[in-house]
Amino acid sequence: MKRISGTSRALIAAVALSLAVVSGASAEPLMMNGAGATFPYPLYSKWFYEYSNANPGVRFNYQSIGSGGGIKQITAGTVDFGATDAPMTDEEMKKTSGPILHIPMALGAVVIVYNLDKIGTGLKLTPDLLAGIYLGKITRWNDPKIAEQNKAVTLPNADIVVAHRSDGSGTTDIFTNYLSAVNTEWRAKAGHGKSVNWPVGLGGKGNEGVAGVVKQTPGALGYVELAYAKQIKMKVAALRNRDGNFVSPTLEATSAAAAGVAKSMPDDFRVALVNAPGKDAWPIAGLTWILVYKDQKDPARGKAMVQFLKWAIKDGQKMEAALDYAALPKAVAEKVDKTLRRISFKGKSLY
Amino acid sequence: MAARSGKISKDFAFEKASAFFASVVLFLTVLLFAVLLRESLPALRKFGASFIVSGTWDPVREQFGALPFIYGTLVSSILALLIAVPLSVGAAIFIDEFAPPWLKSPVSLLAELLAAIPSVIYGLWGIFVLVPILRDAFMKPATKYLGWIPLFKGPVYGPSMLAAGVLLAIMIIPFILSVTREVLATVPQRQKEAVLSLGGTRWEMLRIVIGQHCVPGIFGATVLGLGRALGETMAVTMVIGNRPEIFASVFQQGYSMAAVIANEFAEAGGLQLSSLILIGLLLMLVTLIVNLGAKGMLSRIVARAARGI
Amino acid sequence: MTGTITFRRKAADRVMKWTFTLCALLVVLPLFLIFFDLLIKGAKELRWSLLVDLPHPVGEPGGGIANGILGTFVITLLTMTWSVPVAVMSGIYLAEYGRGKFASAVRFAVDTLTGVPSIIMGIFAYVLLVLPMKRFSAWAGAAALSMIFIPVVVRTTEDMLRTVPTTVREAALALGIARWKATLRITVRTAWPGILTGILLAMSRIIGETAPLLFTALGNQFWQTKLDQPMAAMPLQVFTYAISPYEDWHDKAWAGALVLITMVLLINIAARVLTREKR
Repeated sequence: MKRISGTSRALIAAVALSLAVVSGASAEPLMMNGAGATFPYPLYSKWFYEYSNANPGVRFNYQSIGSGGGIKQITAGTVDFGATDAPMTDEEMKKTSGPILHIPMALGAVVIVYNLDKIGTGLKLTPDLLAGIYLGKITRWNDPKIAEQNKAVTLPNADIVVAHRSDGSGTTDIFTNYLSAVNTEWRAKAGHGKSVNWPVGLGGKGNEGVAGVVKQTPGALGYVELAYAKQIKMKVAALRNRDGNFVSPTLEATSAAAAGVAKSMPDDFRVALVNAPGKDAWPIAGLTWILVYKDQKDPARGKAMVQFLKWAIKDGQKMEAALDYAALPKAVAEKVDKTLRRISFKGKSLY
Repeated sequence: MAARSGKISKDFAFEKASAFFASVVLFLTVLLFAVLLRESLPALRKFGASFIVSGTWDPVREQFGALPFIYGTLVSSILALLIAVPLSVGAAIFIDEFAPPWLKSPVSLLAELLAAIPSVIYGLWGIFVLVPILRDAFMKPATKYLGWIPLFKGPVYGPSMLAAGVLLAIMIIPFILSVTREVLATVPQRQKEAVLSLGGTRWEMLRIVIGQHCVPGIFGATVLGLGRALGETMAVTMVIGNRPEIFASVFQQGYSMAAVIANEFAEAGGLQLSSLILIGLLLMLVTLIVNLGAKGMLSRIVARAARGI
Repeated sequence: MTGTITFRRKAADRVMKWTFTLCALLVVLPLFLIFFDLLIKGAKELRWSLLVDLPHPVGEPGGGIANGILGTFVITLLTMTWSVPVAVMSGIYLAEYGRGKFASAVRFAVDTLTGVPSIIMGIFAYVLLVLPMKRFSAWAGAAALSMIFIPVVVRTTEDMLRTVPTTVREAALALGIARWKATLRITVRTAWPGILTGILLAMSRIIGETAPLLFTALGNQFWQTKLDQPMAAMPLQVFTYAISPYEDWHDKAWAGALVLITMVLLINIAARVLTREKR
């Protein structure tokens, strides 16, 4: 008898104590929540880690669920900030509870990765080849059209396993924007968007999912952000760009794609970079944005957000090269900095 | 007198308090159905009955149909049963009839441990161990020689309906096994002895006796296993390939109702969210009918055995 | 003639015996394989830092699942805070006072709930908590898990109380003890080890649940104790690491799974030891 009531008492005390500790913790860092694109996740993941170390009073929790998810969540107000590589459409922007700002953070490259044992990296592909593969018209690796561009290698007689995104993706938006720009059949059949009716292929969730499918399936081909290809040490294709040169996806090629953008950057920063002119330009480059409400509802959270964005646009840019994201051109970064001043609480800037 | 009424009102209070808690449980159940129904109404109104037969799942054009998921849930579960039921019945017979006494407890303990393993760990093992083994040791050679049969058509990637079926089978075996053992235990000992004393072999005795007594019970166990397989989420989504299309071949990918909810829910809104919840409602109704049916079947069998029929 | 028939029958008997043995072997084989893999693959990343460090950004080696362990602990405790009283009291009601239509309805509700797939409970908590609160939270995760915990414990509590012989209750009443006191102090106390076993087994079950947490607690890369914010949990982290394309995350998935299964088994064993002690 005594034993049992003692146990119950101890149990109740433990529960009460734990709950007190857990809910009463007042010296807790401010927890900021964001969700969205997987495209910049390797970069943001590093940023949030470094920023939290330097600023122990605030933590940024980021859920990498795809640009579509990021836009939905910031629209619903369930997160403090969203992230996307597909700029919000006018229609999407109408659904938000207030004006939303697109804050560009970095430039990335969408690259074509493939899993072929006996072939090295740097397989040459043209825009029409790529479109043909994704349309399901070119189905084998040793198709004469592919062999024509790659005379130096012997391509295997195997099926091409096409991989694409299964979720609403800004990476898809950039990729399909490119395919639509360079191939009229693709534009008619599937078009351009965060999610399209894919004629063929397996779906993967997030950039990680597509990378995973390609990595684990011999003969697979997919599109991912450059940082993923590098981190998982995958083979990447060389693409023929607008100027007719075969370029490999490198930091320099990405930056070259952005070279002309500074001049023509619109005020709201919603611009695409696909099929950029330039002899070294990577043809499938894109900006990635963070989405925040211009009018913040909570001054402390709004201020924390602005502080982080200020850091990102200055110190954060220095970390990009190591992860193969291109920094924003200086002129663009300055424009962004000015825009940050517009984020306000009750009319007063939080900058 | 005053003391007595004090006691009665405390009794009354206690009874009513416990009744209150019981009513909370009832309330939560009703609330669950109400919530699911209300949230799936938009999708129900837009698509109606065609939701069940439509194969399109297009978040961009907002066209949703549940057919690929229903197909995947059913096929993977049926595959699982085809594998699990014979194995479970065989293992149950082994434990009860052939195992030496010192082996009985360990083997049944091991089977129980299988039931305690979390689904996500099954999925983890599925991705990195089961799928590669199935792919290289079975599916790829099978496609080579039997690939002309639609059921085994390639190309083989690994994650597949078959992988999901095998993994589900492993997961539901403990349940079918334990129920089958209970069913076997209802066979009257004298019947077994009667057959044996007439000169029948062990196997003949089992065949006759199980055939006569246990078929409904084993059927009930099967239905119970089906109920569990239908609702399994994590392990399935980790090995089935998550492809919302219908293929004849079990070597191809599929999708299940629970898996699509798991994958798309966090980012869904509007009509897509409502469609996912409608899928959830359908899943819940199907598993409910199956589970309650199984329980009904089994409780009758156990009751009849207790009465000595 | 007779000899041939006997031989055939004997052979059939032997074949079937080996078939049944084979079935039993195949049934336990996956268990050994899984545990073997968990130990070997999990050992790779299993070091002290795994248990106390927070996750590192993608690509940087090291880091751990400390926040997941804390999150599981917090969410489980939170779930049990209200679920245990609700479930045990409901079980007491059904066992001691449960005759009539209301009790039948409650039993039917409990039977219904035990058959509902756990992901549906996640939907329930999402609609009722995540949407109005406009954020993912530990509360929502606990709400989803309690819908799984409660029906199981109601059932086991009622079953355990029913095993207490009526004579015990009658003896208590004959001694003049008030009914409510008799129920609590004597009947429940007698059945308590069994009831506690039921609670522990349900607890070990919800510790391993992933699906209900996917869109309620959501997960979190940081050390986080606020209940109204997204919170990490071990099964969620195992899942995230397992489906990622990074090799070192795969190793962490195995290590995390090893820690998880150890927790689950320890609680299971504790539950069994309790039942045995009663005897």
